[in-house]
Amino acid sequence: MQILIDPGSREMGWAIALHGGAGDIPLSLPPERRQPREAALRHCLQIGVEALKVNKPPLDVVELVVRELENIPVFNAGKGSVLTSKGTVEMEACIMDGTKRCGAVSGLTTVVNPISLARLVMENTPHIYLAFDGAEAFAREQGVETVDANSFITPENVERLKQAKEANRVQIDYTQPIQKDVKENKPEADGDSQLGTVGCVAVDDLGNLASATSTGGLVNKMVGRIGDTPIIGAGTYANNLCAVSATGKGEAIIRSTAARDVAALMEYKGLSLKEAAAYVVEESTPKGNVGLVAVSATGEVTMPFNTTGMFRACATEDGYWEIGIWPSDVQK
Amino acid sequence: MGGWAIAVHGGAGVDPDLPLERQEQAKKLLTRCLNLGASALRADLAAIDVAELVVRELENDPFFNSGRGSALNENGRVEMEASIMDGSGRRCGAVSGLSTVKNPISLARLVMDKSPHSYLAFSGAESFARQQGVELVDNDYFITEENVGMLKMAKEANTILFDYRVPLGMGSPIQMMNGLPISVYAPETVGCVVVDSRGRCAAATSTGGLMNKMTGRIGDSPLIGAGTYACDLCGVSCTGEGEAIIRGTLAREVGAVMEYKGLGLEEAVDFVIKNRLDEGKAGLIAVSNKGEVACGFNCCGMFRGSATEDGFMEVGIWDQ
Repeated sequence: MQILIDPGSREMGWAIALHGGAGDIPLSLPPERRQPREAALRHCLQIGVEALKVNKPPLDVVELVVRELENIPVFNAGKGSVLTSKGTVEMEACIMDGTKRCGAVSGLTTVVNPISLARLVMENTPHIYLAFDGAEAFAREQGVETVDANSFITPENVERLKQAKEANRVQIDYTQPIQKDVKENKPEADGDSQLGTVGCVAVDDLGNLASATSTGGLVNKMVGRIGDTPIIGAGTYANNLCAVSATGKGEAIIRSTAARDVAALMEYKGLSLKEAAAYVVEESTPKGNVGLVAVSATGEVTMPFNTTGMFRACATEDGYWEIGIWPSDVQK
Repeated sequence: MGGWAIAVHGGAGVDPDLPLERQEQAKKLLTRCLNLGASALRADLAAIDVAELVVRELENDPFFNSGRGSALNENGRVEMEASIMDGSGRRCGAVSGLSTVKNPISLARLVMDKSPHSYLAFSGAESFARQQGVELVDNDYFITEENVGMLKMAKEANTILFDYRVPLGMGSPIQMMNGLPISVYAPETVGCVVVDSRGRCAAATSTGGLMNKMTGRIGDSPLIGAGTYACDLCGVSCTGEGEAIIRGTLAREVGAVMEYKGLGLEEAVDFVIKNRLDEGKAGLIAVSNKGEVACGFNCCGMFRGSATEDGFMEVGIWDQ
């Protein structure tokens, strides 16, 4: 499915991949739940592709695509973020480029675009990571757009939280609705819990790379819980070889340093992007926990996942593009 | 090879003009901690328990930058963070933004053992602490007179510097760490790595962070893969310029080159220090599942010590 460009060839093209979250997305997902998300993925892919075509740096491209994903309420980032156990929103985000400059934020409650604040941490402070009150204060200092904390809350997420509390568990990005006394999940058409972290990776034809990830976290998470997204090397990573953005069960992604390991396997074991990403998803993390999108300096792209599905889209300069939810051989 | 091994550190980036008396104090403390860890290992405690108990000891002593004696943030208050990782199963726990928890490393352990998450911060972490009934104190408990003085000097130094990094060799004799002259820089972090007699590795790191940091600034210490990492092969704890350690995912790197390149512990540590820090200054301690212990740093000094089951023990500050 991926177009591999011969690393020996001097022709490298741009490539972009983005995701709206990995998880237990049921094949029976009704059209009214599926179509808005597919449309959103198509729309964001287009925005990213247009930007790359006019030679915008990958760092700008990933930021603007993730801003768009944050603004779309059907994904779990910015508006539409899932709720903590107290019914509040706490957002986090992270951005990194191939020179290893990076910025991260956690515990945001009023900032409209967390990914942009992460970028400002990277560019306007001597630090990499700001969180909670300190991050909110920095946001005000920087004059970024802020809104009332309630603006991020959607009725769907209020319902998801209610369900999670009833089932008394913390849901990963995507879980099918739980029947209280049944251990095995059976797909149901209602109880829409199909949300997830968002992310974007991009490379231009000079091999400049960037990665950006943003999220509201886990439904019913403890207040103050930080996931993999803002942790460099876990949910987000870029160096001169590749750029990676991961999604799924944060705790599993942290332990397996998923994003960093894709690059490490390429560097230390000489694996290709596709092999390295497949290894991380198939061998390093338990099934049902993780998905990622990645691009390499030579314009390759890969989007593996070990969950039922992952909302994803990618495109490369030679005209290849893909939008999907389930594994390609399962997708209707 | 085989047998237990333990290493501790009290931070990298030491003022070359540190008075001898303070150097002796540091070495005494490091020795005490090593002995504490060694006794626990002889009593067959698991690596994860030993790492936690040694870091608690370092947090309780005001000499190093963690727990009591933590560096102060820009507001003159203490904001602590810590992380712990158990190589068997790669379980981990981390905390940030603590202001009343007497032993951050123990709260990090509770996050790992008693919560569904891996990382809790700020008011959420403080609530969890209350829920778990850990020992709480006033923020004042952590603040030392010495650090109040250092903060003042750091603020003065920061206003003089227009860029947070003044390059060396521009006629300035002052050594810099993370934007501060070495004399006011408080080496960030304490840590401990352990491999027990069953070959299980663990790592623990704790800190008050960078002197005069922006409130809410998180460094490398609570970030798994950056300041702390443990897996089947090794346990690693880093210290130094937090931002450089994060970019270099330093702790994970040691494990990655061992796992993916087949390097031994010593080679892996050297490789990582030499190649993964770019312009950054940092150090680390590490143990392997084979009972080896190693350390490395590329800056002027790292408070450290190590001991192995066969009776070897060494503490040091300057270059090997």
